[in-house]
Amino acid sequence: MLDYLLPRYKVERDRDLCVQCGVCERSCSNQVHRVDDDLGRVVVADYAACVNCQRCVVMCPTKAIAITRWPQVDSGSANWTLGSMQDIAKQAQTGAVLLSSMGNPEPYPIYWDHLLLNASQVTNPSIDPLREPMETRVLLGSRPGMLKVNEREHKLVSPMPPQIKLDVPLMFSAMSFGSVSLNTQMALAMAARELGTYFNTGEGGLHRDLEPYAANAIVQVASGRFGVDPHYLEAGAAIEIKIGQGAKPGIGGHLPGEKINAEVSRTRMIPQGTDAISPAPHHDIYSIEDLRQLIFSLKEATRYAKPILVKIAAVHNAAAIASGMARAGADIIVVDGFRGGTGAAPKRIRDNVGIPIELALAAVDQRLRDEGIRSTVSLVAAGSLRNSADVVRAIALGADAVYCASAALIALGCHQCGDCSSGKCNWGIATQRPELTRRLNPEVAAERVVNLIRGWNHEIQEMMGGMGINAIDSLRGNRLMLRGVGLNEKELEILGVKYAGE
Amino acid sequence: MAQELTTRASVELGTAHFKEANEQVRVALEHADVVELHCVYAQRYLGCAMPAGKRLEIHGTPGNDMACYMDGGAIEVFGNAQDQIGNTMNAGSVVIHGRCGDAAGYAMRGGEIFVRDGCGWRVGIHMKQYEQKCPAIVIGGDAGSFLGEYMAGGVIVLLGRPGEYLATGMHGGVIYLRSRLDEQDVPQGLVLEEVDEADKELLRDLLGRYNVAFADELGAPVADDGEGFWRLRPASSRPYASMYAS
Repeated sequence: MLDYLLPRYKVERDRDLCVQCGVCERSCSNQVHRVDDDLGRVVVADYAACVNCQRCVVMCPTKAIAITRWPQVDSGSANWTLGSMQDIAKQAQTGAVLLSSMGNPEPYPIYWDHLLLNASQVTNPSIDPLREPMETRVLLGSRPGMLKVNEREHKLVSPMPPQIKLDVPLMFSAMSFGSVSLNTQMALAMAARELGTYFNTGEGGLHRDLEPYAANAIVQVASGRFGVDPHYLEAGAAIEIKIGQGAKPGIGGHLPGEKINAEVSRTRMIPQGTDAISPAPHHDIYSIEDLRQLIFSLKEATRYAKPILVKIAAVHNAAAIASGMARAGADIIVVDGFRGGTGAAPKRIRDNVGIPIELALAAVDQRLRDEGIRSTVSLVAAGSLRNSADVVRAIALGADAVYCASAALIALGCHQCGDCSSGKCNWGIATQRPELTRRLNPEVAAERVVNLIRGWNHEIQEMMGGMGINAIDSLRGNRLMLRGVGLNEKELEILGVKYAGE
Repeated sequence: MAQELTTRASVELGTAHFKEANEQVRVALEHADVVELHCVYAQRYLGCAMPAGKRLEIHGTPGNDMACYMDGGAIEVFGNAQDQIGNTMNAGSVVIHGRCGDAAGYAMRGGEIFVRDGCGWRVGIHMKQYEQKCPAIVIGGDAGSFLGEYMAGGVIVLLGRPGEYLATGMHGGVIYLRSRLDEQDVPQGLVLEEVDEADKELLRDLLGRYNVAFADELGAPVADDGEGFWRLRPASSRPYASMYAS
């Protein structure tokens, strides 16, 4: 059957600059470029295979290549765009569910861009972080209602619940070995240790090469329980129960058999070549009480020595659910917004299900405050934090810390082409092919991530200093530091911020 | 309180909260290899992550999530068990002189569960296997709905009747049924076959041990030659291979 698909991209090659070295051909696992020896020059062979990962563009020594959109005009209808018609063509051809990767790309409002930060002028003077102490350390975990201290001996009398300490208010969100390469996980693990924060194994087990970094690992338990055994639970600094993911609320995971090679199989403790299916729900959780059962099974298994995170996707009733999670014994609540990335999700789910993290975060924080339980738990926001200003906004809206993954991957080379599920990632990130994974050097990659987060942390300190705040604890939930622009009254009400000028 | 008897100890749980009860059990297990639990009133998580060489003998009714993450230990329950025994169990054995509730053996990777009578819903859900680890569940009575849902490995032997929605999403492992299913009752994507000699050998081993545990109290052993059983297995380990297009 003839497929009616058009290429999405076109490779523009400047013939004057091209030296026919063939780097582009060797760079591309999609076999877009081909050196034609008969013609004695590089020719673009297959535009349709290009996913716009931009590896060839970056690698070309003479910068002779640029990727452009396919120049075909659409039908002229604002309704039947080329993209929506191409989706139909694909499904008419295959009868399949459309698969997509990375975060929701649709033009929904980005509330971060409607929130502006405050700075001190004249009164409450700003603080210069270069010359004065500026605290960005965060402790995550539950907090006791009261604490008894023996002042004479400077000792705690009442026990403190377990907490994890972050030197920067940011952790790396869950990405499993299988969805990403071991080198990617290794880079994030090394960066987490260097930065004094945590990476997250995702539901893919803890590879033995990462065990030296286990003190900086959050180990995940999800519905498929892949790689979960007592050793794994003991190894991590904290344990995360994944209920949902922002990119695919209500949907489980599905790592196709072709990605389950020997190493992935060993780490997940499942046979090679079979599909790794994480069911949509945990089949032991039908209620908050059932969630409590799982939380306490993990606490029992680790003798109450590790905080338990519970992660949900930001959905309509996130605030009420979060209240239940806090009461079920979660020490740290993670809310993942609808722009969060994924290695693979059904496109219609990714693009249509869930709500923005900004609104969910504000609603959850407010609900927990209204119920008088906000101070008993920590709150982590995830789902597309693009820069340090987004981190500051998230903390001012009520988060203790944030999770980020897409930004860290971009530091490693990801160009957001959204083709992760193909397993042919030219940047060596979302692939298990040895010839591709070796492109990512973990030491170099870790250094890039450390650089990024150090830069962000310094910017966070500068923004805090500008507000006259010298500890990130004083920024948390401090919505007076935010003002809205271009927002309606309902949006301002949910975000709990005033309009600029008020 | 725990009484030490060289390698045996005895603990009375009564109405202690599970946190306190499990701490008592852990302390007892530090001093003894076999711990008898008496007056057990539904305390959760008994035997949680218990390692090899340790054994619990439970008199009363253990609560949910017994033997969760168990790693080689042995538990024998002289009574019924509640929901979700053997959750994510890695190794070891559980023997129930009675019935068990829902979701027994959820994501179990290794070890064995023998249940004298029937079981609730979703038993053996997402059981898996890996290298030498091949978990087994033997159910003496009827099973509730969704037996072996999403099953990815291991063995379930059912001596009674299955409930509805048997083995939906099964993509690994094998379920042995004592009664043949009608053709229209064989779930989509699965195949029902007569057992062969290798199956019978496996069944003889599991049913033989079922009899060792339960024949006396049942009054007679169940037939353990494996004859007449049917094998239910997935047609493919990639049931959703052609479901997606990118």
